[in-house]
Amino acid sequence: MKNKRFYSMLALAIICANSLLACSNDTSSVDKSTTVLNAGLELPTGFSTIKAAEGLGEARHITVTPQGDIYVKLSSAYKDKTIYYLHDNNGDGKTDVQTGFGDYVGTGITIKNGYLYASSNTEVYRYKLDAANKVIDPSKPEKIITGLIARFQHDSKSIALDNDGNIYVNIGAYSNSCQEKDRSKGSMGIMPCPILDSAGGIWKFKADKLNQTYADGIRYATGLRNVVGLDWNNSTNSLFVMQHGRDGLHDLFPDLYDTKQSAELPAECMYELKEGVNCGWPYVYYDHIQKKKIINPEYGGDGKKTTTENFIDPVAAFPGHMAPNGLLFYTGNMFPEKYKNGAFIAFHGSWNRAPEPQKGYLVAFVPFKDGKPSSDWEIFADNFAGGPEFVSPGKAKHRPCGLAQGPDGSLYVSDDSGGTIYKITYKAK
Amino acid sequence: MKKIIITILVVAFFSLYLFAQTNIKPSVNRGKIVYETYCLTCHQDDGAGVPKLNPTLSNTSYTTGDKKKLITWVLKGTTDKIAIDGKFYSNNMAPQNYLKDEEIADVLTYIRNSFGNKASAVTVAEVKAVRATVK
Ligand code: HEC
Repeated sequence: MKNKRFYSMLALAIICANSLLACSNDTSSVDKSTTVLNAGLELPTGFSTIKAAEGLGEARHITVTPQGDIYVKLSSAYKDKTIYYLHDNNGDGKTDVQTGFGDYVGTGITIKNGYLYASSNTEVYRYKLDAANKVIDPSKPEKIITGLIARFQHDSKSIALDNDGNIYVNIGAYSNSCQEKDRSKGSMGIMPCPILDSAGGIWKFKADKLNQTYADGIRYATGLRNVVGLDWNNSTNSLFVMQHGRDGLHDLFPDLYDTKQSAELPAECMYELKEGVNCGWPYVYYDHIQKKKIINPEYGGDGKKTTTENFIDPVAAFPGHMAPNGLLFYTGNMFPEKYKNGAFIAFHGSWNRAPEPQKGYLVAFVPFKDGKPSSDWEIFADNFAGGPEFVSPGKAKHRPCGLAQGPDGSLYVSDDSGGTIYKITYKAK
Repeated sequence: MKKIIITILVVAFFSLYLFAQTNIKPSVNRGKIVYETYCLTCHQDDGAGVPKLNPTLSNTSYTTGDKKKLITWVLKGTTDKIAIDGKFYSNNMAPQNYLKDEEIADVLTYIRNSFGNKASAVTVAEVKAVRATVK
């Protein structure tokens, strides 16, 4: 009895010391007096986290049904399956039922109008759902899109649907900056970049037509190097995407950029897309410090020259290389008013900032008003890596990747490094 | 008598080993700088790489294996997506043939003796010989 008391006091002391340490070590912009440490995550006061699932491996995107069940898409098989249905029997937030199906790895997964949509790196499938939003026949999906380009770099196909029967698919560029020799020091860009014909953009297809190929779709937006996080915004009725900006400004053009500039530039950008727009890759990048579209060095840029071409501006910009992998517009009623219609972004975390310190491994939030960001971005959930010494791609314990909203307004975050699904809830004091 | 000879042999071997080890120090030190300048962004400061993107350099069959194969790899780079010890990595490694023979010898000696690796040094002559056969 005495022993037990001693140990619980000791545990308490360790927890206190740890949270103190976490507070004093961190330099991010969140006001630390109002954050809590919960299931390993740092969150604003009033929020708490529970691990809805753990150990699923490479959990990429997720979607949650009106019944509160979770579907997870994996980019590496777990127990021979690549999609998991997770169910919570007793309502404690932790899922107790795991049913696996599907034999193709991939990233995209979402639910719309009675169907579960999921993607491999070359195809998009859909599964009919029953009234409880369970897949009726897991072994027989309909193939709706086929033959998309996947050449290793940026090969994941993220998906989003609008309210008019269309599905939008990211097809990432199989290149960093369309150099004649990819990632070779000083190699110049190909003009015009031939990749853009079949990749480096968002393609639009019908959500209910089988076996569509490139010929059946349209290139909805171009000049996007790679998009992993995207979401249909119902309040603006438009598609928003998060681009992964180019790498290696210093490594490839050391005379024009030092390592500090190369870590910070270019911005990771959020774009609102309208049909036919061009976001500028590989010709230009967005510099969030100068607030300008700068010509890439592969195309004659010097870090200052701006473009006169008709490329659109981002609606929000973030520090370089943080790798935005998930985007979600919050429409729930559980979180405080400021979160309504705002954007959550899951930043997977950087590698290309080396030798400078890495950044990301967090979920950010951007408040929106009248369809536009109403102030700067802020950190919402931090410490996925597991402490400052783990903020690196190889060491991070967890890397945020996908986002979903539960029927009660809770926020789910998937992690493709530790295979954890976090459920974040809010309770006013 | 036999014992003495064995002792002498052991001592000689050991000092030779020590000599060889201390002798690669300057090359390792120079190689570290080459690594930091041209390789670190992708393979990271601890040589651990980036999961699924850029491979680790710790105890891979390339890094500590056959030197000819290793020199060829670094000179040519690859876009062919070759499995490294059974794992695939999605990034491309550009040819590093702009580096001088000595820089390549140094950086390879460095990676073969860092990140938990222990393998013989790579010499300038070995790089020169391989470069002559690689286009
Ligand atoms: C642009 C990123 C990049 C840079 C810069 C780079 N590498 Fe690599 N390296 C890779 C990738 C990606 C692979 C694996 C390619 C594959 O499997 O097809 C690789 C593979 C290797 C391998 C063989 C596999 C292994 O893990 O042992 C060695 C050795 C290596 N690199 C050494 C170097 C050295 C030395 C340098 C600097 C002179 C360097 N690399 C620069 C990306 C890079």
